[in-house]
Amino acid sequence: MIEKRRKERIDRGIKACTDDIFCLSSLREISYLLVPRILPVVLVFFLVLVVSLYWKKVLVITFVMTIMAISWDFLASCGLISLGHALFFAMGAYSAGAMNHYLGLPVYVTLPAATLLGGVISSMLVFPALRLRGIYFSVVTLIIPLMLMRVIEATKIIGGTEGISALSPLPGLASSIAISMTAMWVVLFSLRRFITSDYGLIFVALLDNDRAVEASGLNIVWFKIQAIFIGSSICAFCGAFMTHYYMSVGMSAFALDLSIFPVAATVVGGMGTLAGPLLGALILGPLSEALRGFGTFRIVFYAALLVVFIVGLPEGLFHYVRRKYEQIERWVEVK
Amino acid sequence: MLVYGFINSLILALMALGFSITFGISGVANFAHGAFYVLGGILTWLFLMKFGVPYILSAIIAVAVVGIIGALMYRFLLVRLRGLVLSEVITTFAIGIVILELLRVFGVMGFQYRLPSFIPGSAEIFGTYVGIQRIIIVAAGALLMLTMHFFVHHTKMGLSFRGVAQDDHTALSVGINPERISIFSLTLGSMLCAFAAILILPLGTISVDEGYDVLLKSLAVCIIGGLESTLGVFIASFIIGYVEVLTAMYISSSLTMVAVLACMLTILLIKPSGLFGKYKEIEERI
Amino acid sequence: MEYLNVQGITKTFGGIMAVYDVSFSVDKGSLVGIIGPNGSGKTTLVNVITGFLKPDRGTVLFNGQNITGLRASRITNLGIGRTFQMVKPFYRLPAFKNLVVPLSSPRVKRMGEHYGDKDSTSLDILEDIGFERDSSVPYKPASVLPHGYLKRLEMGRVVALQSELVIFDELFSGLSLAEVASISPLIERLFEVGKTVIMIEHRLKELFRIASKVIVMDLGKKIAEGSPKDIMQDEQVKKAYLGVELKR
Repeated sequence: MIEKRRKERIDRGIKACTDDIFCLSSLREISYLLVPRILPVVLVFFLVLVVSLYWKKVLVITFVMTIMAISWDFLASCGLISLGHALFFAMGAYSAGAMNHYLGLPVYVTLPAATLLGGVISSMLVFPALRLRGIYFSVVTLIIPLMLMRVIEATKIIGGTEGISALSPLPGLASSIAISMTAMWVVLFSLRRFITSDYGLIFVALLDNDRAVEASGLNIVWFKIQAIFIGSSICAFCGAFMTHYYMSVGMSAFALDLSIFPVAATVVGGMGTLAGPLLGALILGPLSEALRGFGTFRIVFYAALLVVFIVGLPEGLFHYVRRKYEQIERWVEVK
Repeated sequence: MLVYGFINSLILALMALGFSITFGISGVANFAHGAFYVLGGILTWLFLMKFGVPYILSAIIAVAVVGIIGALMYRFLLVRLRGLVLSEVITTFAIGIVILELLRVFGVMGFQYRLPSFIPGSAEIFGTYVGIQRIIIVAAGALLMLTMHFFVHHTKMGLSFRGVAQDDHTALSVGINPERISIFSLTLGSMLCAFAAILILPLGTISVDEGYDVLLKSLAVCIIGGLESTLGVFIASFIIGYVEVLTAMYISSSLTMVAVLACMLTILLIKPSGLFGKYKEIEERI
Repeated sequence: MEYLNVQGITKTFGGIMAVYDVSFSVDKGSLVGIIGPNGSGKTTLVNVITGFLKPDRGTVLFNGQNITGLRASRITNLGIGRTFQMVKPFYRLPAFKNLVVPLSSPRVKRMGEHYGDKDSTSLDILEDIGFERDSSVPYKPASVLPHGYLKRLEMGRVVALQSELVIFDELFSGLSLAEVASISPLIERLFEVGKTVIMIEHRLKELFRIASKVIVMDLGKKIAEGSPKDIMQDEQVKKAYLGVELKR
C-alpha cells in the first residue's frame, strides 16, 4: 500500500470575511496585523542605537540605498522598469552640489530643492521614452545615464571628472541617521498607502494593462510622468542627501552600483510590495559592507545574488515569508 | 579617413555579430556579451602567456571555453526564464557584471595584458597605411557575415532557428526543439564573440571597461539595424563606424560613445524596431 | 442623424495595407455589426476610430466633431467606449477595483455628484452586469475570474464610463452559448437606453438577430453594407467567407 500525501495550504483563521475587511475583535488578531508593521521599525531603531560607530555609518548608507530600492519597486509596479536608477540619484546629487557650490544655498534649502529639481530634470529626460513599451523603455533608461556621464566627463561642466568638493556637511552623524531613517519609513509607509488608494490604483493598473487604462479615459503618458516624477524625486533626495553626507559630488553619482543595487534588493526581497525591497536592502546593504575588502567586490556580490534569486526564488523573500505567515502548509494523507 | 571608417565599421560588425546571432536565433538577448568578449581575450592571454600554449591553440581553447560557458549559462539559468525578456536581460547583464568586475578585482588592467598581432607590419591601401591585423579583421568580418547571412536565411537549419526566435511554441509544434536550438544559439553567439575578441584585441590592450563599451556598441548596432536582420547589422555597423570616426576627428575623441548612444536613442524614439526590423507599431508604443 | 462618420480611412503597416479606404456611417441609437474573415482589418479600423492608431489618410467624425488622430483617452472622454479582443483585466486588483479606474476618468467626474462613492458604484455596476452581489466574487482579484466574468468586466468598463457610442470587439468570442445568451440582454439593454452600439463579431447568428445594419470587410476593404438579410445574400460576402465555387 503506497502512502500518498499531498500538501495542503490553509489560511490561518485570523482573517475573517473577505480579503480586505478584517474582523479586529481580539488582541491576538490586532497584534497579528500590527506586529509585522511595528516590529521592523522597532528593530531598526534598536539596531541603530546598539551598533558601533563604524556600523552606524554603514546603516546610514544602507537606509539611503533602501529608499532607492523602494522607489525602484514603486516604478516597477507601474510597469516602468528602470535599468539606470543612478540617473535620478545623480540628478539630485548634482542639483544639490551645484546649488550649494554656485549659489551658496544652505543644506536645509538644497535638500528639498534638489529633490524637486532632480525630479523635474529626470522626468524631462525620461519623458520622450515614456511612449515606448516594455524592454525598449528599459534600454533607454540604461543609455541615458551613460550618455550624460560621458558628456559631463568630456565637457568638464559641473566639475567634470573630479566633481565638486568642499560642500556643506550635514549637522552630525546623529542627524544623518535620523534623517535617513525617518525618510525611509516615511517613503515606505506613504507609498504603500498611496498605491492602495483609489488614485494610486491607476498606477498599479498601468502595469497590468496600460491600454485598458487609456481606454478608461485616463491619459497614461500623464500618469507615467507622475510616476516617474515621484520615483525620481525620491532618488533625487537620496542623491542630495549623499552629496552633503560626503560633502562632494562627482562621477560616482552615476555608479553602476546605484543602478544594480535597487534591482538586486527588490528581486531578493520580493517585487511589488515595497516592503520586499526594504527587506532585501537591509540584508544586502550590511552584508556587502562586510565584504568590503575588495572594493568593487560589492557589485559582484549584488549581481550574483540577483542572479541566484531571479532564477531560484523569483518571488523574493518577502512573499515567501508572508506566505508562511499567512498560511499553514501541512502534509495531509490522501485517502 | 574613409579607410579608417571602413575598418572601424567592420570591427563593429564583427563585435555585434555574436549578439545579433544569439538574439536572431533564439530570441535571447545576451547582455553578458561584453563580458564574454573580455573573457575570450583574457583566456587566450592566459593560455598563451602563462601556460605557453601556442597562439592558435590558445585561441581555439579560449573560444571553446567561452562557448561552453554560454551554453551552461543557458542550460542552468536562462532556461528557467524562457520568455521573460526583461528577466533574461537583467540576469545576463548581472552575470556579465559578475564576470567583468571579478576580472577587475583580479587586476586586469595595464599594458601587460596584450595579445600580439598575428602578422605584424602594415600595407598601403588607397593611400593610407593600414596594419595587416586590421586587414585580417576586415576579411574575417566580411566572410563571417556572409556565412551567417547565408546560414540564417537560406539553409534549412537556419530557418528553423529563426522560427524559434519568432515563436517557440509554434516551433515546438512543428517538431523543432527550441531548447536545444537556444543552447546552440548561445554557444554560437558566445564563440563568435570570443573569436571577435581574439581578432580585435591585438589592436590595443585588454581592459574591463572595454567590455561594457563592447556591449553598448553591439547593442547600438543591433538596435539601429533591427534586431532580426543580418543586413541591418551590416548597414548599422557602417553607420556607427563612420559616426565614431567622424566624431573623433571633428568633435572630440572622448565623445564618440556619446555619439553612438545618441544614435541609438534617436532610433529608439523614432523607429524602435530598427531600420530594417519589422514594424510593430502596436507593440512598441502607445 | 449621423452619429459616427468614417471617411476614407487607410492604415498601412510597413507595406501591409491593413485598412484601405473604408467609409461608413452609424446613426444614433442604432446597432451596427462589423464582420469579416480574420485579418480583414476590423480591429485595426476600431483602433483608428478610437484613437489607438493614427490613420494614414481619412477622417473620423463623431457627433459632428473631427476626432481623427486625437489621443485615445481624449476620445474616450468624448463618449466613445470600447472593449478589447484580448481580455486583460487589471489582474492584481480585485474585480470591483477594476471598475474604479474608469470611474476615476474626467468624463465620469464631469457627471458630478450623482455618481457617488466609487466603490459602491462599482459594486452596483457589477451587479447589473451579472456578478452576484452577495458572494465574494467581486472582491476576488481579477486574476482568478473565469473567462465569462472577464468579458463582463470588460463590458463593465463601458458601462462605468457611460459611453454614448460603445464598440465591442469580439465580445462573444470564447463564450459558451449559455454565456452568450446571458450577455445579449445586457447589450440589448444598452441599446434600449439609447446608446449606439457597434459590434465586431464572428458569431453571426447572434449578431444578425439584433443588428440593424451590417458592414462586411475583407482584406482591409469594405465589401458590403446593408441589412443582415441583404448581407446574407450578397455574393461578395459569400466569396470572402466561403470561397469561390469552381466551375468544372
